[in-house]
Amino acid sequence: MTIQSKRLSLFVLPLAIFIALVGLLLFGLTQDPREVPSPLIGKSIPTFNTPDLIDPSRQVTDAELRGHITLFNVWASWCPACKAEHPMLMQLAQQAGIQLIGLNWKDERSAALQVINSTGNPYLFIGYDRDNRVGLDWGVYGAPETFIIDRAGIIRHKHIGPIDQTVWDDTLAPLIKTLQAEPHSP
Amino acid sequence: MIPELGHLALILALGLALIQATLPLLGTFNHSATWMALARPLAYGQFTLLTIAFACLTYAFLISDFSVAYVATNSNSLLPTLYKVSAVWGAHEGSLLLWVLMMAAWGAAVALFSRHLPQITLARVIAVQGMVAVGFLLFILFTSNPFERLFPIPPEGRDLNPLLQDFGLAIHPPMLYMGYVGFSIAFAFAIAALIGGQLDAAWARWSRPWTLIAWVFLTLGIALGSWWAYYELGWGGWWFWDPVENASLMPWLIGTALIHSFAVTEKRAAFKNWTVLLAISAFSLSLLGTFLVRSGVLTSIHAFATDPTRGAFILVFLAIVIGGSLTLYAWRAPSISSGGYFALLSRETSLLINNLMFAALTIIVLFGTLAPLIYDAFGWGKISVGFPWFNKMFTVLAPGLVIVMGISPFLRWKRDRFMRLIRHLWWLVAIVLAIKLLLISQVPIGVMIGMSLAVWLLITHGASVYERLQQRDRSQFTLKAAFIQDLRGSGRSFYGMIIAHVGMALFIIGVTIVSHFAIETDVRLSPGDSHVVAGYRFEFKGAVSSTGPNYHAERGHFIVTDDNGDHVADLFPEKRAYFGGGMPMTEAAIDPGLMRDVYVALGEPLGEGDWAVRLYYKPAVRFIWLGAIFMALGGLLAMADRRYRSTSPLAQITPTIAASGSIKP
Amino acid sequence: MIKHRLIRGGAVLIIIGFIHTAALGFTLEQFHFDSAQQETTFRELIGKLRCLVCQNESLAGSQAELAQDLRREVYEMLRAGKSEQEVISFLTTRYGDFILYDPPLKPSTYVLWFGPIILISIAAVFMLRLLLRGRSPLNRNDALDPQEQQRLNQLLAATIADPNNPTASSTIAEKSHP
Repeated sequence: MTIQSKRLSLFVLPLAIFIALVGLLLFGLTQDPREVPSPLIGKSIPTFNTPDLIDPSRQVTDAELRGHITLFNVWASWCPACKAEHPMLMQLAQQAGIQLIGLNWKDERSAALQVINSTGNPYLFIGYDRDNRVGLDWGVYGAPETFIIDRAGIIRHKHIGPIDQTVWDDTLAPLIKTLQAEPHSP
Repeated sequence: MIPELGHLALILALGLALIQATLPLLGTFNHSATWMALARPLAYGQFTLLTIAFACLTYAFLISDFSVAYVATNSNSLLPTLYKVSAVWGAHEGSLLLWVLMMAAWGAAVALFSRHLPQITLARVIAVQGMVAVGFLLFILFTSNPFERLFPIPPEGRDLNPLLQDFGLAIHPPMLYMGYVGFSIAFAFAIAALIGGQLDAAWARWSRPWTLIAWVFLTLGIALGSWWAYYELGWGGWWFWDPVENASLMPWLIGTALIHSFAVTEKRAAFKNWTVLLAISAFSLSLLGTFLVRSGVLTSIHAFATDPTRGAFILVFLAIVIGGSLTLYAWRAPSISSGGYFALLSRETSLLINNLMFAALTIIVLFGTLAPLIYDAFGWGKISVGFPWFNKMFTVLAPGLVIVMGISPFLRWKRDRFMRLIRHLWWLVAIVLAIKLLLISQVPIGVMIGMSLAVWLLITHGASVYERLQQRDRSQFTLKAAFIQDLRGSGRSFYGMIIAHVGMALFIIGVTIVSHFAIETDVRLSPGDSHVVAGYRFEFKGAVSSTGPNYHAERGHFIVTDDNGDHVADLFPEKRAYFGGGMPMTEAAIDPGLMRDVYVALGEPLGEGDWAVRLYYKPAVRFIWLGAIFMALGGLLAMADRRYRSTSPLAQITPTIAASGSIKP
Repeated sequence: MIKHRLIRGGAVLIIIGFIHTAALGFTLEQFHFDSAQQETTFRELIGKLRCLVCQNESLAGSQAELAQDLRREVYEMLRAGKSEQEVISFLTTRYGDFILYDPPLKPSTYVLWFGPIILISIAAVFMLRLLLRGRSPLNRNDALDPQEQQRLNQLLAATIADPNNPTASSTIAEKSHP
């Protein structure tokens, strides 16, 4: 009997390995292989200093992002998905307890200003990052991307792709609720 | 009308495949000769229907029938006729149709050329093929119908991806698919043998030539892909370990192990359990490759447009076909006798090591390809596994494989004596060591190892040919006469092996030299400027506009001269913009040579007639593909061995044996 | 024009058969190096860094804008005297290990580097047990069982009689005179 079962286990091994492989591939089907998670989650925001899009004489810095729960949104005028998410951002700008800061990424100032002037400005400030200097430090690799930053200036989440109602309801709103529940840092 | 006819032919083919998968097999159980006899006409019918379907699609491309969605997205009225034909398999739907057509062609070929095969075996083999065909036809009809109509009818097609408008890539997929699908024959034979419980030397002898020809196609298909990447992509590389490249390499590696394992099973009736597993694995890995390429599970540069529904469909199909086969294996294999005894030092052991090495290389490729997915699944983070990892892994294992390759032809079956081996090999080892010593201070260590491995292969195989001929009756034959007589007789598989292994040596030489001595330079050149790379002077004469059938091009002119100022070549690299839109394409210009390629690619125009230009010097790069051609030739020669062309008497003998069965209690 | 490849989201289904970016030509920036060594380091480094937004391409082979930015960054860091290691850690803290085609040996990559050894060992044990199963001296003279032997003999007899066929004759000879 033991010899029999030993024999059997030998011949079942290929099947067992194949079943594990199918499980792995099944998992793979549910994933987007192109989405790269950010290593910056849980880390303090990178420092930066870049001109304001609307008023070039003024600088937008990482200090603006500290002390508030912040949505740091990377966008550009050449990016259709950003246009798609724009109304949602306009809506979020009304929300109490969060601030929206933009980073205009790899864009032309005039084109970016035209977008803001025609469709409205949801942002408190917009940093202008034509040469991807700020974007590089933040590990930005496309637009739109949105970082959620807590009051202590720690990056808690990065959303890749446009924010729509579902993303907001399922992922971002609950996260922001927990961030709001956290005690203010002294 | 014609597209509907094609669609109808596909539906009928599915119906026929359903019958093909069931009736002949049922016939083998209830001993109905009539049902079993259906196998052959069904195989022909399947091939005929799929040929009609394929012809209909080709016709739609030739007349630019843009009411067919697949034609509209992959063709254009300006497309040259050759590429209208190759566009048929230029994207997902059509390439699947080509795949099933080829599978039917293989099935028909088995029906045609296996007159000596026992009816019961043929019935099983054709039925197994029918089962696989059912899966693919369902897949095509439900998720990827190439005959789907489009409304409103666009006035012009979107054009074939410019990258595919190239002769090399026009014939690369058919070659590759012939290889992938050809393994379905070995697979069907293996399943048939497992169903019947007859896994014997005869099984190996029937499967082996089919496996060899499939392997030859796959070898050429991979080599073509590599060659195409080299001259078309403009980055000068020939292999990137991209998931799609890996998907073709895995069946090749296992297929290589299989043709070696068949040798043992055929000659010594050993390794049966292992050989049948390899036969299942070779085709399973072909199917897995199809899944990886078309499901979007991995990021690849060559991936088809992906679609999760298609991915899910193929995965279910994979699970049924491969899972079913492996279940059958787990059930039937334990009762198969393990075969002949062999001593530790014997030809069998060397082939065992060969098989283990190829299995190990396949594991490396499979693991490396899936590792990002494994990391993701276990939440270990997102990683990339690229050529540095694969190269390291392969360079650790491959030298061992090559050393055994050199010893194997000298070993005797069953048992050999160590001292006898030493007597034959000591001077060959001495030569290689001498070469190593000579090279060690002259060249990088990688070159020393690579070149001495190549030399080892060449001299051991030369010596083994000499030894074989020596053993002939010297009074009767001169060496030359013995050689000719040997080639006419059953020596072809031996010489096939020698040629394929020499191909391996050439491949090693190519890889070693090009990876250590290739030179690449990026320069900015104004018309009249010149730049020297590896002794070759590239003079830029400027670039002019020109127009092709469906593109505009900027065409550069370079005059290449050598050290002595002698003219080597005029090269005309192009930068093309296709009317169909999309990104500009680089069309590199190459002056090929056995010992070196010189290679120019145009980068960007930098204004005032200046261009950014990439210049390459690629020594011995052709040896890589020459090696592959030798391997394929070796495979062909081995297949032509007389013993595979057994004639009709067999057909009369075998049924009695088949009835008696050969399963061990 | 190139920017559209950075765009994510939306249901942009690319229906062409092959998605490909490598062959789309390349952008050659004008890089000037302090030494040949520095140029070699640069070329090797961008060769083994992954372009994040491409399908599967190195920074060296890609002309996506992000790849151009990163090439420029790598170039500037090397010119500023940074070591290869510093460049790599600069990039991994921002983009993660995903950017490395050549993952370094560290606890999180042990599975990657040692996984194949374990799998190959399992395969080797499996194969050896399979092949050496029942390989006892008892059947050492009995390579083929009688039925198989008979079948093979018939097969061999059926192939065109060839007295100079060493394979056929030796196989039979081996069996009858062990």
